[in-house]
Amino acid sequence: MVNHAKNAEAFNQDEARTNWHDETLWFVREKRDKASGQIPEWEALRELASGIKDHTLSKLDVYLEEFEKKATENGIKVHWAVDAQAHNEKVFEILSDHGVKRIVKSKSMLTEECHLNPYLEEKGIEVVDTDLGERIVQLAEDTPSHIVLPAIHLKKEEVGEVFHNRIGTDKGASDPYYLTEAARQHLRQQFLTADAAITGVNFAIAETGGIVICTNEGNADMGVHTQNVHIACMGIEKIIPRAEHLGVFLRLLARSATGQHLTVYTSHLHKPKEGSELHVILVDNGRTEQLGRPDFRNSLKCIRCGACMNTCPIYRRSGGHSYGSTIPGPIGAILSPGYDLEKYSSLPFASTLCGSCSDVCPVKIDIHTQLYKWRQVAGAEGHIAGSKKRAMRFMGMVFGSPHFYRKVGRLMRRAARFMPNKWIYNRRNVWGKSREIPPMPKESFRDWYMKNRLGNGK
Amino acid sequence: MESRSTILAAVRANKPGEVALPSIRTIERNEISNCTDTFKNLVQAIGGKVEEIQYNEVQETVERLFPDAKYTASGTKRYKGTIQLEHITDPKALENLDVFVCRGLLGVAENGAVWLPESAIVHRVAPFITQHMVVVLNESTILEDMHAAYDEIDVAEYGFGFFMAGPSKTADIEQSLVHGAHGPRSLTVLLLKTL
Repeated sequence: MVNHAKNAEAFNQDEARTNWHDETLWFVREKRDKASGQIPEWEALRELASGIKDHTLSKLDVYLEEFEKKATENGIKVHWAVDAQAHNEKVFEILSDHGVKRIVKSKSMLTEECHLNPYLEEKGIEVVDTDLGERIVQLAEDTPSHIVLPAIHLKKEEVGEVFHNRIGTDKGASDPYYLTEAARQHLRQQFLTADAAITGVNFAIAETGGIVICTNEGNADMGVHTQNVHIACMGIEKIIPRAEHLGVFLRLLARSATGQHLTVYTSHLHKPKEGSELHVILVDNGRTEQLGRPDFRNSLKCIRCGACMNTCPIYRRSGGHSYGSTIPGPIGAILSPGYDLEKYSSLPFASTLCGSCSDVCPVKIDIHTQLYKWRQVAGAEGHIAGSKKRAMRFMGMVFGSPHFYRKVGRLMRRAARFMPNKWIYNRRNVWGKSREIPPMPKESFRDWYMKNRLGNGK
Repeated sequence: MESRSTILAAVRANKPGEVALPSIRTIERNEISNCTDTFKNLVQAIGGKVEEIQYNEVQETVERLFPDAKYTASGTKRYKGTIQLEHITDPKALENLDVFVCRGLLGVAENGAVWLPESAIVHRVAPFITQHMVVVLNESTILEDMHAAYDEIDVAEYGFGFFMAGPSKTADIEQSLVHGAHGPRSLTVLLLKTL
């Protein structure tokens, strides 16, 4: 059971650090605003991207089969996996066939979701994450806290400490240039001595049977082109019908993610290089179930840009780890309950429902509406704490009767003035925990209106 | 095969009623009045360099820009490197490559990217493993945006092809931008002016 509120409270103990985290992510959000603002047709692009995804989901079986056919013709080996376990077993099977001992891996949220690294390590295969942020968290024995910026929760001094202990950089060194250069040298050796490469997939084109991978560092390409075995792992929702649709999604992806116009590398793989193997694993792991939920299937349109995290006032001030799920933030809070409602029932409540996530989403997922709907589901299935349920029931009574509402209002306006502090700010009143009760007005708006407007006959 | 039929059956059972595919032609695109200038500005903004030269000046320009380069290779006739790529079989043998020069098939004004298909780079790993990258691009091939680019190229024509927008970079340590993450530390576009 993940208790987001409790985790967020722990994160908030260090106020300076919370502010730093908040500001760093807001900086990324502002870069996104600047980049998207330069495209006059931005809203039309979002609409189009959303429409293409709606269409694709409605014919997903057709496009998956088309992709499989075309990719196979191209010499790609296509595999299917119903769940995380089937996926991991397939990866291991391919690796064992080639006697692989060490793999270089570029970023893939899917393999995080499937917990591939610990699975392979248990089988004696060394996994080297090659995205700098992922390598940092891997060496720190930590987990990513953001899908685009995995090490955003760490300060450069902490990265310096990890690198000093694990790859021998100078003690106390924290200059990002120095640390990045050290990682470059360290990872270059890994690329040159590994046995296979594993990557994620950003888009898979049904029409042409190829996959597209986007990175800024070039780590996916370094891995793929130096190795003779490449396994690309993807969720089945990554399919797009045609190559021309890349124009739409690529114009949105990097601008939404980091405010870049395009990622440095956008690699299109259609055939394995000569003498090599390219495997693509199509993974379900709960996606078809989500497809069958009309209220929540929109979440499958996600292109993993992370914009909803950067903008979310809760994410920014609670950190990615507080969600306890592979994908944190608003999108994680609508995806995770679909996998395990009991475990993740607190996540849909990690939101103010302000709607900013939906506003920045490049494929127009109605994230905040889905958050609200998951709350209803969590409530109906008994996943809401008793204290919250009782408070809600009482509020429902108050707001459900105008007469009762006025009575309670009048009573509270008077009583709040004399109520001892320990009644308001005690442990059982969670509302009073971090809030100050506002000064009570003498009269309600209704009283004022009756007196000054209706009462005057105006 | 069991997974395959299970997944496809689940998709068929759970997918919504068919939604029509919207046409990407409906989009009213922002007109870019001077593609070359926009492209040049963007390449520089994302950390690249642009030099405008004549078609017969590629060799001397690269030698001027990288006087200390020991190992160089090329995918274009306009530059002769010290390593002959055709003779390389193991891609890892290129680990000490200092400069790689190749031709870009087209440039994209809206983001400063160049399209580099497998035919232009000879070895897939060359443009990534090299320390510095030089792309020779005809000014006339610069297009407005990604829609125009995908209209022009056939992505499936080559086993591999990629857009490159600036030198390799990362900001994974406290959002500090550093060039030269795993790929080249610099990108220079040699723009051949249209006469």
